[in-house]
Parts: sequence; structure tokens; C-alpha cells
Amino acid sequence: MRPLFTLLSFCFLSLSTTRADWLNFRGPQGSGYAPGITKTVGELSEKTLAWKAALPGRGLGSPIVVGDKVFVTAASGPEQQQLHVLCFSAADGSPLWERRFWATGRTMSHSKTCVAAPTPASDGERIYALYSSNDLVCLDLEGRVVWIRGLTLDYPNASNSLGMAASPLVVGDTLVAQIENDSESFAAGFDLLTGVNKWKLDRPKSANWTSPTVLEKDGEFIVALQSSEGVQGLVPATGSSVFKLAGGAATMPSGAAVGDELYTPSNGLTAVKLGASGAEPAKLWNQSNQRPGTASVLVVGEKIFLINNAGVLTCVERKTGTELWGIRLEGPFSGSPVAGADGKLYIFGETGIGQVIDPGGEKGVITSRIELGETILSTPALDEGSLFIRSDGHLWKFSAK
Amino acid sequence: MRLLPSLSLSVFFFLPLAPLLRAEPWTEPLAQLRQVGPEGAGNTEAAAAWNELTALGSEVIVPVLTAMEGAGPLSRNWMRTAVETVFERELKAKTDLPSEAIKAFLLDRENEPNARRLAFDLFSQVAPEEAAALVPGMINDPSPGLRRDAVAKLLAEGKAQLEANEKEKSLATLKAALDGARDADQIDAVTKLLREKLEQKVDLPKHFGFLSHWHLIGPFDNTDRAGFERVYSPETEINLSAEYERKEAKPVKWQEYATPDDYGKVDFNTPYGPLKQVTGYAYTEFNAAESRDAEIRLGCKNAWKVWFNGEFLFGRDEYHRGQRIDQYSLPVKLKQGKNTILVKACQNEQEQDWTAQWEFQLRVCDATGTAILATDRKPTPEKVAPVRRRPVKSE
Repeated sequence: MRPLFTLLSFCFLSLSTTRADWLNFRGPQGSGYAPGITKTVGELSEKTLAWKAALPGRGLGSPIVVGDKVFVTAASGPEQQQLHVLCFSAADGSPLWERRFWATGRTMSHSKTCVAAPTPASDGERIYALYSSNDLVCLDLEGRVVWIRGLTLDYPNASNSLGMAASPLVVGDTLVAQIENDSESFAAGFDLLTGVNKWKLDRPKSANWTSPTVLEKDGEFIVALQSSEGVQGLVPATGSSVFKLAGGAATMPSGAAVGDELYTPSNGLTAVKLGASGAEPAKLWNQSNQRPGTASVLVVGEKIFLINNAGVLTCVERKTGTELWGIRLEGPFSGSPVAGADGKLYIFGETGIGQVIDPGGEKGVITSRIELGETILSTPALDEGSLFIRSDGHLWKFSAK
Repeated sequence: MRLLPSLSLSVFFFLPLAPLLRAEPWTEPLAQLRQVGPEGAGNTEAAAAWNELTALGSEVIVPVLTAMEGAGPLSRNWMRTAVETVFERELKAKTDLPSEAIKAFLLDRENEPNARRLAFDLFSQVAPEEAAALVPGMINDPSPGLRRDAVAKLLAEGKAQLEANEKEKSLATLKAALDGARDADQIDAVTKLLREKLEQKVDLPKHFGFLSHWHLIGPFDNTDRAGFERVYSPETEINLSAEYERKEAKPVKWQEYATPDDYGKVDFNTPYGPLKQVTGYAYTEFNAAESRDAEIRLGCKNAWKVWFNGEFLFGRDEYHRGQRIDQYSLPVKLKQGKNTILVKACQNEQEQDWTAQWEFQLRVCDATGTAILATDRKPTPEKVAPVRRRPVKSE
């Protein structure tokens, strides 16, 4: 049974492309490519650095952009017990407001990651901030508290001692989050206005740091959840299953959705296309030798981009999975590449080096680079003519001149 | 005892007057915030209450701080954001803030510990020098958040005295810091200086309240991780002289075990060897001086279960994702005299070097992390050179 999709749902998801806001991890459809952003910053340099703002704690979550505001989360304190949601003016980086919460769940994590690992999500009206401690808070754009959940209080074994990192995503009128781990593993859909569960689904008992992506077919949206067992497609409003892809999948790099096609790090890289109502997705191709490292898959037009653990950026033909070229970047990478309509790729490495890659020719060319001098484990957010990135200590904005 | 029903009837009789008697605009909103429940219950009402509270002026700050006493962790977060929202707005507007009332609140040790720390942070913004002057007096504060600042100050002073070669002064300062310290990172830092720079002995297990003396039994089977749910004999009876038969293996019986580890690690690999796919149990008794609230705090990177006085407390089937002191806090009610603690620790099939550990660490303390020591606590065992063996076989 294929899902019925509400008009409301369509409007919400459409916001991310028509207004060019960057509302969640990897922007539109949670896939890193924003065709609605017609002009990207183009160059990363001192000349395009617009401002930087100090942050009160670490975080791996990306900034998100809603209108003229930028939001980012952080965690601080000796045991990362202090959780922050910060709002800045996108124009000049001035702090507009901050809300702080005490973690109610476990804050233990591997020293490389931290409690503020998931990227917050927005529906254009509210911010939904999730932390590895399973604290999930909703604020409006002015910082008024709308609702608070402490998912560890409700589901006490839902945690990962290494830390969790899956970012939530608003699809239609539902906030979808993956709280997946070795023990009490689940995904859930939350009501945007009240925070109560619309649905809750048991998930594979296996640590998983991937984030949801969104497929679209015939005006209907399906949220794709990746895990060690494969991919499951769900109706976002109800959590009912639309499809299952077996065969396993990566638990760190997420796949990318383009319309009704999904490109998943599964047995290398596997491309599938949604079928007719009730039918299982059709496999388009599989390339077992294409294995992304931590960075997620990016699809731009007819090209797919992967970055392996050696820092090699590989370009693959979308139709066939055939490798077109590869170049070595300055890695290693925890964050993922993103792109706007002009097709330029933006990526930041763990040592704080940002790189712009023009993939248009026979082989990709690094057209600019900048060293920010701070650890960066996050993915950039794009806005029209601008790029935002968060390092361990700062939020940075670059703007086209 | 008869007074209470009488009072209740009186309140009921005058109920229509309640709105007139209720002079404070924050009373109802605060009551609403205290009612948020599991799975999002009460969020809609709480949001309305939050808006009501934050529309009020700075006079609401101390009542909201006060209301955190006895409130649940979600309610406290609603209240915290309300307090900070009002405070920051009024600070920016340069209106008069109730700084003396905030100070009085933070100095009252009967108030909720997190609320007091928050009050200190607020007070620091309006009177930074006065707030800083309060810090040394917080070395034995029941709020761990406040105590931490005082320990940090002593630690810095002790280091400076060491650098100035004032060893006697430094020793006194660092001992005071250790007495006050409750956070593992600060305890480690002070201990390192005391041991390495001042050649002092530090009984860390006693400081933390780790239980170092146990009875162990094992190995039982954990093939395919099924042992976690399987009920073996120690879960149904504690008989330290019993011997239990196993299929195609030698019988198992309890044996005494004492750990000299600074952090109380009970290592099953030591008596049993580096086994895989096995389950072990550890049992100990804790004689409490009085009946009281306490916490059992556990660190374990294997799947585990804990029983206290025969009642199952909690269990977790996660393997090798990490371990640290105080990884899990389990509230218990100690009874005066003998209390029993049983721990089940399961080792899985993984063969990587980082999956060798089959161990746990457990301490008894109060909610602030202060050790609660058994009345008959045995001395911490003397250390011997640690032996680590890599798992090579399955039982």
C-alpha cells in the first residue's frame, strides 16, 4: 500500500528547495545537493570570509539556515552535560539568542565525537534539536520552548556508549529520528507541535550513525532509513513500511536520494529506483569497489561523488556506476561534501582545511582552499551566495563577493 | 496525625477563595511545568505555561529556581530555560535584578543542586567579583557543580605552590582538593600530583567508594550472546559453597576475588583466562551504617545485569562500545546492615584487541558522587603488576 501524502507535507518539504533554506543535515532531502541555491560562494579564502562567531562548546552537527537566521547546537561541561541551541544573525554573525538544557540521558561518547553530534532540523517555523543524550527539544525561531522530550527517560536502554549521531529530519508534518544502537534501537516519528510519538518502530539492534534521506515519487515522500541490515522505506506520517532493501548497508556514510532513486553505500555502492505502488525498488546497478569512508554520498546531476577513508574523491557516472575520475583531497574527512546548482563541491577536513572542487572538466580540480586552524568534523550548510561551517570553537560564514 | 485531614477539609471549604489567595502569577504556570510526563505528556500545557512565566519580570527568577526542588529532569529544563530567558532579557534591558535574592538562594545548601549552580552562574553575571569570592567556601558543597569550581581553584593553587617549590603548602592544598573532589577528572589530576610530585599514597578505591572484594563464579555459556537472557543458578540463589554442573565442562564454584585496581575494575579474565562467549557473576555484600538513599554506579563495556538485595535493577546488552567510571547510575535504598549486590557480566564473540576486556567497576555513593563506605570495608588490596592476556579461545 503506497502512502497517501498530504498537501501540508508537500508544502513543508518544498520549503527547503523553493526558499533555499538549509533545514537539516545535508540540506534538501538530506542528500547534500541544493539545486535551489543558484549561486554558491565559489571561493573559500580570507576574501570571502564574512564573519566568525565563538561557540560555547564542541559539536559535530552542522549549522542550519532558516531565513535570516543560522542555528547550531553545542555541548559543554566536563561530562558534556550542558546542551546549547544557538541562534545567530546570518547577515553579521551576531548572537540573537541561546537556550541551554541539562542533559537527561547518558553523555558518554568516544572522545572524537560529542553529545552535539546530530544536526538540528527545521520545518521553517521551529527548530528541532537532538543530542546523543537523547534529549530532543523544539523551539520556535525566537527561542520560545515548544516542547521537550527526554528519550532516555522514556526508553532507558536506547543509547550508544560511543555516542550517537543520526540527525533528525522533518518530512511533511512529522519529525523523523533514528535512535539506533546495540540495545533498545528504534526510529520514531514525532508530532511537530507536541513532540508526542506518532509512531515508534523497532530497528536493528546495531550501532548506526547514518541519517534519514527522503525519496519522492509521484508527489509522495518516503523516508529511507539505512542500517547494517539494509534500507527501509517508510511513510513518514505513520511509520508504515513501503519497502525493504536487504543485503546490509554502511552504518556511517549515508546514502543520497534523488527523486525516486536512492544511492546507498551497500556492498560498495548500490543504486535503486522506486517501482510502482507496492513493488520493491528495482536495482539499477551495484559497484562493489566504490566504498565511501565516513563522508556521505553526494549526487549532482549525472555524477556521483564519494570520498574514501584515504581522502580520495571519486566521481562515478550516475547511470552506470562507472568510475570517471579520482583525485586526492586533503583529508581525513568526517564531514560530507555538499553542492548547489552550479555543481561545485564544498568539503571540510578534520584538520580544518576547506576545499572547493570544480568537477566540471575531465577530472576534478581543487579551485580554492583555506586553513581555518581548528578541528572540523562537520558538514557545511549552503545558502544563496554563502556557506556556513562549524569548527570545534566557531561558526564561520563565507560569502561571495 | 489528625491535623492533616482537618487541614484538607479547611482547604476544601475555602476553595472558592483560592484564586483570591493566590497572589503570585507564577504559581499555576510552575505547577503546569511540574506536570510534564513521559512520552511528551503535558508539553502543550507546559509551552503555554512557559510563555506565561517568561512574560513576567525578574521577580519570577527566584520562585522558578525554588520550584526546581523535587521537580523531574524535564520539568527542570523547562524551568531553567524560563529563568535564563527572563534573566538575559532583563539584564540586557538593564532593569534591577534580584541579585541579593539569587545570592541567598545559591548559598542555601538545602536548595536543589542544579538550581543552585544555575543561580551561581546568574549571580556571576551581575556580581562577578563577589561570586568569585564565594568559590573557596564551596569545597564541601552538596552541589557537585559548585564544588567543582572550588576544587579547580585549589588544584591551580596547589600546582602553583609546587612550581614555587612550596611542597608543604602544596601538600595541604592538594589534600584539601582531593577531599573535595567528586569528579573523576579532577580526582585523577590531584592524585597524579600527590603521587608523582609529592610521593603520597592515595587510596583511590576508598575515595571513590569502589567495592574491591567480591566472590566470582563462571564461566557460564554465552554462545551467540544467549547467556545474557539465560537464567543461571546465581540468579536464583546465592550459595557461596555451591558447585554447579555444566554441559561438557568442569563444574563451577564461587571463588574469592579482590581487585587492587585504582578504579575498582573486577577483571574476570584474571581468574578464568581470556575466554570468549562466556558469562560470569560477581557477588558481594555491603554493610550500611544506616538506611538511606544511595546510588550504585557501574562502568562496564560488556553486557551486564545488576541485582540489589535480590531485586533486578537494570541490564544492558551492549558490547565493547566503551567503559568509564559512573557510566550508569542506579538509584537504590540501602537498608541498615547487610545489603547484597550481584553483577552478571557477559563476554561476546569478538576477537579484536579492544574486545579483550571482561570486567566491570562498581561503587556505592550518594547522589553527589560522595563515597558511601561499608561499615566493615576491608583495606584496598595491594597492587601487583597488571597482567593482560589476549583472548585466544572459547570456553
